[in-house]
Amino acid sequence: MATKRKKASPKRKSVRPENGSHMITVAVNGRKFTRAVEPRVLLVDFIRDDLRLTGTHVGCDTSHCGACTVLLDGRAVKSCTMLAVQADGREITTIEGLSEHGRLHPIQEAFKAHHGLQCGFCTPGVVLAALELLRVENAPSEDRIRTAISGNICRCTGYQGIVDSVAAAGEMMRPRKG
Amino acid sequence: MQPHSFDYVRPQTLARAIQVLSENGNRAKVLAGGQSLIPVLKLRLANPRVLVDINDVPGLAFIEERGDQLRIGALSRHRDFEQSKLIREKYPIFSDVASVLGDPQVRNLGTIGGALAHADPASDWGTALLAFKAELTARGPNGARTIPIDRFFKDPFTTALRSSELLTEIRIPKSKAGDGGAYLKLKRKTGDFATIGVAVQLGLDAKRNVAGARIALASVGPRPIRAPGAEKALVGRKAGPTAFADAAKMASEEAHPTSDLRGSEEYKRAMIEVFTRRALETATARAGR
Amino acid sequence: MAQTTKVFGESVLRKEDDRFLTGRGNFVADMLPPGTVFAKFVRSPYAHARIGSINTAKARRLPGVLDVLTAQDLKDQVGDIITAWAIPNANLKTPAYPPLAREVVRYAGEAVAVVVAESPFIAENALDLVEVEYDSLPVVTDVETATKKGGAPIHGDAPDNVAFKWTLAGGDVDKAFKEADVVVSQRFVNQRLQPTAMEPRAAIAQFEPGTRELTLHVTSQNPFVHRLVLSIVLKYPEHLIHVIAPDVGGGFGSKIPVYPWEAIVCHLAMRLGRPVKWVEDRMENYVATTHGRDHVQYVDLAAKKDGTILGIRARVLANLGAYLSTAAPGIPTILFGFMVGGCYAIQAGRVEVTGVFTNTTPVDAYRGAGRPEALFLLERIVDILARKLKKDPADIRRKNFIPADKFPYATAMGLTYDSGNYAGTLEKALDKVGYEKLRKEQAEGRRKGKLMGIGLSTYVEICGLGPSAVVTSTGFAGGLWGASTVRLHPTGKATVYTGGHPHGQGEETTFAQIVGEELGLPVVDVDVVHGDTKLTPYGQGTYGSRTTAVEGGSIALSARKVKDKARKIAAHLLEAREEDLEFTDGKFVVKGSPKAAKTIQEIAWAAYMAGNMPKGVEPVLDATTFYDPTNFVFPFGCHICVVDVDRETGQVKIRRYVAVDDVGNQINPMIVEGQVHGGVLQGLAQAMLEQSVYDENGNLLTNSLIEYLVPTALEAPRIETDSTVTPSPHNPLGVKGVGETGTIASSQAYVNAVCDAVGVDHIDMPITPEKVWRVLQKK
Repeated sequence: MATKRKKASPKRKSVRPENGSHMITVAVNGRKFTRAVEPRVLLVDFIRDDLRLTGTHVGCDTSHCGACTVLLDGRAVKSCTMLAVQADGREITTIEGLSEHGRLHPIQEAFKAHHGLQCGFCTPGVVLAALELLRVENAPSEDRIRTAISGNICRCTGYQGIVDSVAAAGEMMRPRKG
Repeated sequence: MQPHSFDYVRPQTLARAIQVLSENGNRAKVLAGGQSLIPVLKLRLANPRVLVDINDVPGLAFIEERGDQLRIGALSRHRDFEQSKLIREKYPIFSDVASVLGDPQVRNLGTIGGALAHADPASDWGTALLAFKAELTARGPNGARTIPIDRFFKDPFTTALRSSELLTEIRIPKSKAGDGGAYLKLKRKTGDFATIGVAVQLGLDAKRNVAGARIALASVGPRPIRAPGAEKALVGRKAGPTAFADAAKMASEEAHPTSDLRGSEEYKRAMIEVFTRRALETATARAGR
Repeated sequence: MAQTTKVFGESVLRKEDDRFLTGRGNFVADMLPPGTVFAKFVRSPYAHARIGSINTAKARRLPGVLDVLTAQDLKDQVGDIITAWAIPNANLKTPAYPPLAREVVRYAGEAVAVVVAESPFIAENALDLVEVEYDSLPVVTDVETATKKGGAPIHGDAPDNVAFKWTLAGGDVDKAFKEADVVVSQRFVNQRLQPTAMEPRAAIAQFEPGTRELTLHVTSQNPFVHRLVLSIVLKYPEHLIHVIAPDVGGGFGSKIPVYPWEAIVCHLAMRLGRPVKWVEDRMENYVATTHGRDHVQYVDLAAKKDGTILGIRARVLANLGAYLSTAAPGIPTILFGFMVGGCYAIQAGRVEVTGVFTNTTPVDAYRGAGRPEALFLLERIVDILARKLKKDPADIRRKNFIPADKFPYATAMGLTYDSGNYAGTLEKALDKVGYEKLRKEQAEGRRKGKLMGIGLSTYVEICGLGPSAVVTSTGFAGGLWGASTVRLHPTGKATVYTGGHPHGQGEETTFAQIVGEELGLPVVDVDVVHGDTKLTPYGQGTYGSRTTAVEGGSIALSARKVKDKARKIAAHLLEAREEDLEFTDGKFVVKGSPKAAKTIQEIAWAAYMAGNMPKGVEPVLDATTFYDPTNFVFPFGCHICVVDVDRETGQVKIRRYVAVDDVGNQINPMIVEGQVHGGVLQGLAQAMLEQSVYDENGNLLTNSLIEYLVPTALEAPRIETDSTVTPSPHNPLGVKGVGETGTIASSQAYVNAVCDAVGVDHIDMPITPEKVWRVLQKK
């Protein structure tokens, strides 16, 4: 099955104001933001510094730790390994976008119920990486879960609480029968 | 760790992309998945004047059989291979690659074209494609040309691509009955580069004799290499333990690994032998003969 | 309204979780006060060099750069960094530890200059413009080469690079070795590690000229320690320094020390009159944040041929790095030497530790801090003995355990273990793993060439730091009492102010459980405040698994004081005698008259109104306790690791990992289990993957997550946990500690298993597949 990459919509050419910045419009957690940004600015820094959404964290320099993971058009990506200008016309979900009207998303409830976090620093990234999996597979095997979060490093939990939380979240997210 | 400043262009057509590359020569870098490029920029190991983001260029992401070939668009993401039924069923060697390369986030963005053009000596994709008579299409200001995979990798991080060219497509002969392949990667942990990697693609006839064999090795020198002696040791023989043992031994002697933090030369050589044998076993099982 | 009474011992869900799960944690790097400027450090690429000249002119001229400072600019403004653990009777050398290098750099990564600019990008660009001339000097990174006689020492006042020589002895060691039927000896390397808390360190300093107050937000496990040390280093009045550690993303010991960069950021804020922010990146963290472990150990064990252990000797070279960090001298001595007897009734022991300076990053506490180094060597040498005597490693341990009826037990090395039942955890673990069946499988498998191994690890460790008289006698610059205030507000809600500073361990929940249990309050009505020197009583912070036992112990005592006072007020209001009152479900009830009752909330209001108080009782339900424990606490347990080895590649797969731990009473079993999981994986990571590697020029090759191998979920085994409960007799709650036990037990469980599988005395960590392969090749 050939897969086609989802095209950014609407298609825009990057416009260049005088100082080398580009105007970009990014939808973050359902809200559109239009900002001028230099091409060198990493997406994670744009999210944290420009948009002041500091739930997405920086834990390393070499794209290993996954603390910066966000969803880009539904796919888990490391926002430290993307430029903000690449997000022009795209949709981003950060951890702040999961709960609605103050109610926790099932995956957040599950992490709480199964002790899926300790210091909380890796948590936003690992929750979003797991969410990508659960949106396509709501009864993943333990091996599938561990693989889905293998791009996220946690130093506190030993991963077991995280794995159990993700499995529980899958159960909670399964459509109720009858 | 922030990159130096650079200009950024996101062309909407292949022609425009090539034009920008030609205008800037080696002051331009192509941005596809960015999973190799952006870390390099962050560590300030490269300082390009302009980044050419080709993600909007249409027609570069596909995995399909056409005629007597499997044709792969250079912008296909690693995860596309993980999820492709065609790949899983007929070209499982590429499922192997996709599953041992990077991690899920890297696989969502990283592309096969980017991995090939980056030309790491440990390149999983480069090694796996070397196990095929693969042809790479490069498009430049003077049109398209075909580069055979055997001539694509030159030195670490250096390929036969000119600075004005874009890698657009990879073609390999279509899989036929009796074909089987496997890619095995020895790594210290998830996300690590290959300590060693072995790619094997076999063609077996109805009697289980090896009609064709290609063996390629990762992390054994400045670029992925074939093991022609090991290949010769297989052709014409019955696929089985004796032939595999001979081929595996030859492959370990043809490789030139160096001692580093991932392992000593001695260990790497020994592992090439073990992994070649295991890859041959898996490839044979997949050939279904 | 129904109130939760039985909450101690329940797996109450964590109160901390909501903010972290919604991205509303408040980490230092998230803060951006108005007008903030950004600092970055120029760090030496050379491990040992004389500094010629430093030319900052180009950097200063870069638009957006506010200042560039070198050691010269800090003279008389920022003093040298001090160590807080000057161990006595060890001839300890304390060479100068300048905040910015003066004349000589001694490790690659040492800061030579600091740049301050309007943005992090400009600051980073300015780093390249600072021109430093270096004249390289000879480099030494390993302890054995560093201590060879005759070389030029790294510090003039420490010949042969010896920082200290410390000895601990008990019993008659010479007699033990003379009378032994068998002596086994082994050299162990407990390799250097990089703690890798996921949050890199950061600091924001602000100075308010109107009040002369210096405020520092910093990634610290112990804000009061920072305040005290900074007052000395900055020569600034302690009461005008306000240190806040907000949410901290893991520490594992690496956020205990006071670092030069933290002091410099404070100085810059005072100098520039603007908030100064510094955030390290991971590469900087790896060279400039303290490392852990790094011992070379020569160990001998003397035993009778029936397996009775008579004595143990350990001669250790401990790498301290280029400078003495805050707690460094005490880690490989006090927290190490006293525990080399472990769970066994060994009557004689001698430990000699030489602390060594090398041209490497300073070494300090890392999860376990001295105890993993001790229990590793012990459990390994015991297995080597078992192998030599052809005895079952479980039998050797049983034979030598301190019996359960002998506690409190005075060890030959000079400690009194508070309580223990080592056979209990061993038997439980053996049963859980199915030991007999596994040994049978192993024997049969061997005949077919299968390599399977079972590794036992029993441990007891010293934590709940600690009794002040003892710790200060070891040279630690501070009593380690626990401090708390428990305060009930007029409406009956409570706030607990604690001297601990959890950074993942869950005390915002467990401390609420303690108070909830004592005072019959719902956990949701109890708020726990920590990490702010202006809000809490003086707190020594969170490390050494002290928070639950010592800070929690203090909270229990404060809560009981509040309850006692409430009882007096209740008796007064109910016109009854105190002894006629029962306290259940948050109510004081007159025995036999259920309608005659006062809720704790009513008492809180009454105490606030203070219109009708018993004689001699002050208003308000509020109590503070400084609790000085009478002893350390000694958690213990048994871990078992089962592995299968791929004979062709040397790769090891963990088939099972069983952990049976006894941490005394458990406030929250879910949180206890989480601590075991995390601790176990860090110990396994040392055994399987992690190692700091220096090249011959003193460059740290493992300076990023590419080469420093930290496990992902795919490298982590499933850990089966269980427990026994043997309370600590001297602790107000009967609790011990659990934050480090997993790490103290697991490395040797793994190594014992692999050595058992391949039939060899020892393989040094990290056990790479190649090391296993080489052993198998030899056979």
